[in-house]
Amino acid sequence: MSKFTLHVNGAPVSVDAPANEPLLWVLRNRLQLTGTHYGCGEGQCGACTVLLDGRATRSCLTPVSAVAAAKIATIEGLAQDGRLSAVQQAFLDEGAFQCGYCTPGMIVSATALLRNGRKPTKDEIVKAMNGNLCRCGTYPRIVAAIQRAAGMQSGERGKPASALLEREPQGAGR
Amino acid sequence: MSAHTEFEREFYEGGEWNPPGGLQFDRRDFLKLFGGGLFVGLASAPGWTQESGRSFGGHALPKDLSAWLHIGADGGVKVFTGKVEVGQNIRTSLAQLVAEELRVRFDTIEMVMGDTAQTPYDMGTFGSRTTPTMGPELRTMAAAARQMLLEMAGERWHVDAGTLAAADGKVTDKKAQRSLGYGELTHGENLVKIVASDDPLAPASAWTIAGTAVPKAQGRDFVTGSHVYPSDVVRPGMLYGAVLRPDGFNAKLQSIDTSAAEKIGGVKVVRDGDFAGVAALDRGTAERAAAAIQAKWDVPAQPSNRELFDVLKNGPGNGNAGRPYVAGSVAQGMSGAEIKLEEQYTIQYIAHAPLEPRAAVAEWDGDRLTVWTGTQRPFGVRDELAQALNIPAENVRVIQPDMGSGYGGKHTGEAAVEAARLARAAGKPVKLEWTRREEFTWAYFRPAGLIEIRAAAQRDGTLLAWEFHNYNSGNAGIGTPYVVPNQIIQYHAADSPLRQGSYRSLAAAANHFARESAMDALAHSAGMDALAFRMKSLTDARLRAVFEAAAEKFGWGSAKATAERGFGIAGGTEKGGYVATCAEVEIDATKKVHVRRVVQAWESGAVVNPDGLRNQLSGAIVQGIGGALFEQVLFAGGRIENASFAQYRLPRFSDAPEIEIVLLDRKDLPSAGAGETGIVGLAPAVGNAIFAATGTRLRSMPMAPRVAAPGQVEPMVQS
Repeated sequence: MSKFTLHVNGAPVSVDAPANEPLLWVLRNRLQLTGTHYGCGEGQCGACTVLLDGRATRSCLTPVSAVAAAKIATIEGLAQDGRLSAVQQAFLDEGAFQCGYCTPGMIVSATALLRNGRKPTKDEIVKAMNGNLCRCGTYPRIVAAIQRAAGMQSGERGKPASALLEREPQGAGR
Repeated sequence: MSAHTEFEREFYEGGEWNPPGGLQFDRRDFLKLFGGGLFVGLASAPGWTQESGRSFGGHALPKDLSAWLHIGADGGVKVFTGKVEVGQNIRTSLAQLVAEELRVRFDTIEMVMGDTAQTPYDMGTFGSRTTPTMGPELRTMAAAARQMLLEMAGERWHVDAGTLAAADGKVTDKKAQRSLGYGELTHGENLVKIVASDDPLAPASAWTIAGTAVPKAQGRDFVTGSHVYPSDVVRPGMLYGAVLRPDGFNAKLQSIDTSAAEKIGGVKVVRDGDFAGVAALDRGTAERAAAAIQAKWDVPAQPSNRELFDVLKNGPGNGNAGRPYVAGSVAQGMSGAEIKLEEQYTIQYIAHAPLEPRAAVAEWDGDRLTVWTGTQRPFGVRDELAQALNIPAENVRVIQPDMGSGYGGKHTGEAAVEAARLARAAGKPVKLEWTRREEFTWAYFRPAGLIEIRAAAQRDGTLLAWEFHNYNSGNAGIGTPYVVPNQIIQYHAADSPLRQGSYRSLAAAANHFARESAMDALAHSAGMDALAFRMKSLTDARLRAVFEAAAEKFGWGSAKATAERGFGIAGGTEKGGYVATCAEVEIDATKKVHVRRVVQAWESGAVVNPDGLRNQLSGAIVQGIGGALFEQVLFAGGRIENASFAQYRLPRFSDAPEIEIVLLDRKDLPSAGAGETGIVGLAPAVGNAIFAATGTRLRSMPMAPRVAAPGQVEPMVQS
């Protein structure tokens, strides 16, 4: 066991952990920040994604000893004073989840993708997010949510972001 | 099909299994009848035997209102159901139905779900049964409660209840211009009433809350990370568990030495027969201690992918063919037909791979046990725990926090039983989270299967004969919806080399793949358009309607296939859902196949939540791409050879096509479930599109794996 002072969600926090323990277990089991999820332990699914100095990072492959100097942000740290971030709000508005287990990792990854007001194309979103798995298969809605969030960040509030045909309000209702 | 036979079919398809060092289900006796319904006798664990009895496994559904519904003094409504929320959105859709009948705002309802101490007994959440069975159950209770509230207000005011109106959580006497909130009427006391099941319900055409796109209940918790999944549960003084796994399936323990593990500080080692595990202060220590256990296993020789389909057809366990459904004479239909077809389809095992692996937290209080775990069958897991831990079922409480999904893969309680054993020995609560590798190996799989088809038609498209044999994968969706005078349809049970069980749509995905591919082949031989060929033999108006709707939206027939681009169509009906799927695929210069566009038309009666329904159907399409093109379990010598996400490919963002869903909302028909059948059209539609582009018929699921499974032909296209 070693003592670490981590900077998590804007505040310093002291924690005892083995130096090689993955940040994921430190967050979940020692700091009770359980919004960051385990999915595979090998960096293949993105459920454990956190921000390290703004960069999307797989916490399951990151030993705690490597992050003592970094600013760590988890899903719990994205809302400010109870107000959802643009990405969180967009996921909610688009209904971009089913079981929701992948959602924190998706939102954190998307937050990094949209940093500095970037507006990625659909292809850029697919490429950037391809390391995040959603077994429920909600990818089209997640892409739409990210596009919507990019629009919200640049002031285009309320407008559905994409030509997400799956949700087109049509239908051969009878 | 009644609810209880539906349940049994789920398990019937699960086959027999013996978890290492765990429960031993000694014998299961199957008697299968096709056509006249399916009858299954389970002679095994007491819990399951119970559940093979009449009406909800001997558990009659409570008729008293208070078991289902409670109105607090503040007007808040609690609804109790043993169903569980796994992403299919029933926490939302069931609450909509209750709000509609009770006449309260949606957000006044709290759904209490999947808690064996609080909710009425429930067999489990599977088979697309929630909407058609739990929906009407809760609607009936809510309508009865509303009536009772009207009568209570009438008594209070000394007026005829028939002159009063219930709306927005209040009973109003318009004439006297007064009203009372539901909470003011009940003061939080239970509504005591035995409810008959024939109270009139609001017709779907009059719905104002049901039938609308209400956003997911508690949606905010999922975007803030505050939702507590089973693996997130924490209890005071909790330890972390890890379990010793055998070297292979069906392994016998030869020797074990736990001394090194016991020397690690704070570690409790637990031995019980072939079961060995540890509990420790943190997860890393638990994993280290489990790894320090020296065990020798005897792993018997067993089949691999190479022998799989031979075993399924010719294995020693394959004497148990179900009685075939027979109509007319296939031999006569075949003889003299202008077009004849004889084909074989193969289906590999696939993994459910829920993103949250099995997890459980177990806590003992004397001889009473509480377990938080992710399962589709909390009451079934309660019975598993009672048997494994040798305590009465009433001493066990299972709580199912809304979990990281299951897709049919979490019917069983392995992690719950293991955590309970560790916690009993350690004398403290224990959390056990399966690793991805454990989930890929020690859970169960979607069954593999071999399907043989013989069929005959005339050049004008008239179907003459249809013979369909399914070995092992199951009999869901095994029949044909097309009019064929001569038929033989038969399911053949087999000894599955791997432990297998339910998966979204059960065998309907495999059976539809084979049938709709063969129909495409017949249409091609007849020189007919694939849609026109189907419609010629289709009398089911609901199925015709979805085919027409999908074809219209897709623009079926408007573009000609090229070597790079093909179009395919497929459809069917199962579990009250009607689906037709059109797919456009692109084959690039490297022979890689891309699904570019999918249009799916769907009808399952009155739509309860169109947004949730579209989400389910779109998700089924994306998930279906995996089983259609690249997912397969590779195994040999009792081991899984691709037990990680790096080796087992799942659909990713780059695999998702443009998806268009066409909903046919039949408000005149009862609502059916929609979690499963939306997956069955994708694989054949994609296969038929690949055929249209390449002229090659792909008859194995998956159709385009990166590498072929041993024994399979090298795939003509890849994904």
